[in-house]
Amino acid sequence: MSDPRPATSKMHAIVAGKMLALAIGMFGFGYAMVPLYDIICEVTGLNGKTGRVSVAEAAAAKMDPDREVIVEFTSTINASGAWEFRPTERTMIAKPGQTYQTSYYAENLTNRTTVGQASPSVTPSAAAKYFNKTECFCFTQQLFEPNASKDMPLIFIIDPDLPLNVDRITLSYTFFNSPDSTASLSSSLISIAQEISQ
Amino acid sequence: MSYADTNEDVHHGDHDHHGPAPGLMRWVTTTNHKDIGTLYLWFSLIMFFIGGAMALVIRAELWMPGIQIVDPMFFNAMTTMHAIVMIFGVVMPAFVGLANWMIPMMLGAPDMALPRLNNWSFWIMPFAFTIMLSTLFMDSGGPAGGWTLYPPLSLQMGDSFAFVIFAIHFLGISSVMGSINIVATIFNMRAPGMKLMQMPMFVWTWLITAFLLIATIPVFAGAVTMLLTDRFFETSFFSAAGGGDPVMYQHIFWFFGHPEVYILILPAFGIISHIIPTFSRKQLFGYDSMVYATASIAFLSFIVWAHHMFTTGMPLAAELFFMFSTMMISVPTGVKVFNWVATMWRGSMTFETPMLFAIGFVIMFTIGGLSGLMLAITPADIQYHDTYFVVAHFHYVLVPGAIYSIMASVYFWIPKWTGNMYDEKLGKIHFWVSTIFVNVLFFPMHFVGLAGMPRRIPDYSLQFADWNMIASIGAFGFGFSQLMFVYIIIKCVRGGEKATGQVWEGARGLEWTIDSPAPYHTFEDSPIITSDTVTR
Repeated sequence: MSDPRPATSKMHAIVAGKMLALAIGMFGFGYAMVPLYDIICEVTGLNGKTGRVSVAEAAAAKMDPDREVIVEFTSTINASGAWEFRPTERTMIAKPGQTYQTSYYAENLTNRTTVGQASPSVTPSAAAKYFNKTECFCFTQQLFEPNASKDMPLIFIIDPDLPLNVDRITLSYTFFNSPDSTASLSSSLISIAQEISQ
Repeated sequence: MSYADTNEDVHHGDHDHHGPAPGLMRWVTTTNHKDIGTLYLWFSLIMFFIGGAMALVIRAELWMPGIQIVDPMFFNAMTTMHAIVMIFGVVMPAFVGLANWMIPMMLGAPDMALPRLNNWSFWIMPFAFTIMLSTLFMDSGGPAGGWTLYPPLSLQMGDSFAFVIFAIHFLGISSVMGSINIVATIFNMRAPGMKLMQMPMFVWTWLITAFLLIATIPVFAGAVTMLLTDRFFETSFFSAAGGGDPVMYQHIFWFFGHPEVYILILPAFGIISHIIPTFSRKQLFGYDSMVYATASIAFLSFIVWAHHMFTTGMPLAAELFFMFSTMMISVPTGVKVFNWVATMWRGSMTFETPMLFAIGFVIMFTIGGLSGLMLAITPADIQYHDTYFVVAHFHYVLVPGAIYSIMASVYFWIPKWTGNMYDEKLGKIHFWVSTIFVNVLFFPMHFVGLAGMPRRIPDYSLQFADWNMIASIGAFGFGFSQLMFVYIIIKCVRGGEKATGQVWEGARGLEWTIDSPAPYHTFEDSPIITSDTVTR
């Protein structure tokens, strides 16, 4: 370590500048943790985040005919929304490697055009990264006309590498109102589109 | 007889003619490190009583089961505000105040490196806290979701939430500016010849603390900015409806929050490392290992954050990692505790008030450290999480830990600041009354916590009634005995037996070579430091 010399304001400015740069950098790091977190969750399947595969990948998967897994479907409506939301089937028996289709029913109970968004979660979390979907209503926001209803499809495939101790998987969806701005923005875009087509 | 009289070359009288400006504006416009240190310390003392009053509201409500005195929303605002005030308004400003007063004198420097910035760092704080506390009087009330501000609960707050975030930003700016100043002072302003490993422990611990602050406060600022935009500007960082994740907030928050708890204790370690050698009349045992232990604790504090989140559902590998890395912190902390004990070993010990508080610190901080180790055990933590056991743990490390170190430092250095000795008899009474009541207050919390009493709830099951009443008795006893502390300080400022320059027989270091009270300007001519100079 060098001995200190009589301090000058230039020396202070250098140290203060470096420290300020560190502070600003760490502010940026706080924001960088957001995409970092998503990547880590996706890679590890933490947080019950499910995977997404293409139809071709799903078709190429090898089926395991001797194994059966019970898949349960549950639904929750977020406190802020006025919805009817439930799975059309409560349970299914699925063989790993085979593609299955089911659906969720949703109805807009308000007199307004509303956008909903479903957020999935899988338990046990160890199974999350083996539960893959080729198509899911949770991939996109769902637009509902006033009092409209629809069945929303879900196509999934269980990876044959699913750990052997898992014989039951619960897929839970929470249905939210999308933030108002998005709702009003997309509904106004749609009404503009309708006006143009007429 | 003043010790400084024999060291006339240390300071030259000619430079000391221009003292402080007269009138109140002296305190507003001052750039003097001693004035600013004093401002910080008084501010901290006032906030200590505001935060303490909030704690007494909490303990009064918890005197008996049932809702008696305040409504639950206000109770929750009290727990939240008590934490924010005590962390950001009491412990941190007190340490910055001590740093302002002592670091330049310990380094043989005439002032802090950036005196105008120093003035700003302080004067932001009263405004920030005025804004923060004013939310209690707004329609939507003060923040009531806990000081950690976890979403989605914190996002359900009314519009006063914006004021809370604004105040936190300003407190953060103040802390970062103060830290930059301390780093610049330590790197550039040491007296010629002073090597880093000649610096006193208080300076070392503050240097490391300043780096922790600069590295983590901006992360917290980012997290609360995300809360702000989620709440008011339709972003969805933490709102699951828009694809965000509330658990992510906990990760970002505790990435700041865990280093923050070391920010609240490392300067205390430095203070204790001055007081114990002084009253043992020995050099600090294991100075080098103390420096390295402090640096290790600071490094480890960045990789343990998820131990606050064991119940959020983590994979086994992460639970194991965070459990073991947390337990690893007890190694450097143990090094420190053993070094303090070894310093006392065969020392010629006396038990003046600062020493009593320092020994009280070592014993009771270790109790808090032990319950911390219990909490680090993942399977046990799932039982302890969010119970009064956690409350007991962190209050043991913060009240008879950080707060005791601040009280010890006030008794230790106040003769240097005022030129007068404090009332030793009253000081000792203050210590014993505080120590009895602080244990009556916090020790029963271990029992109700292990029995399952949840924290941050205004009502509780009947089985917890007895211990809660005892804790409340301790709280009122501890709270009111702090009025003695104020009385002793004011009495000492107004007069008393004159202190010598060295003050304490065993005191070592540059700050004890100048007169008591310390002249308004010190070390305008740098002392020359050789490897033989006693600097610590």
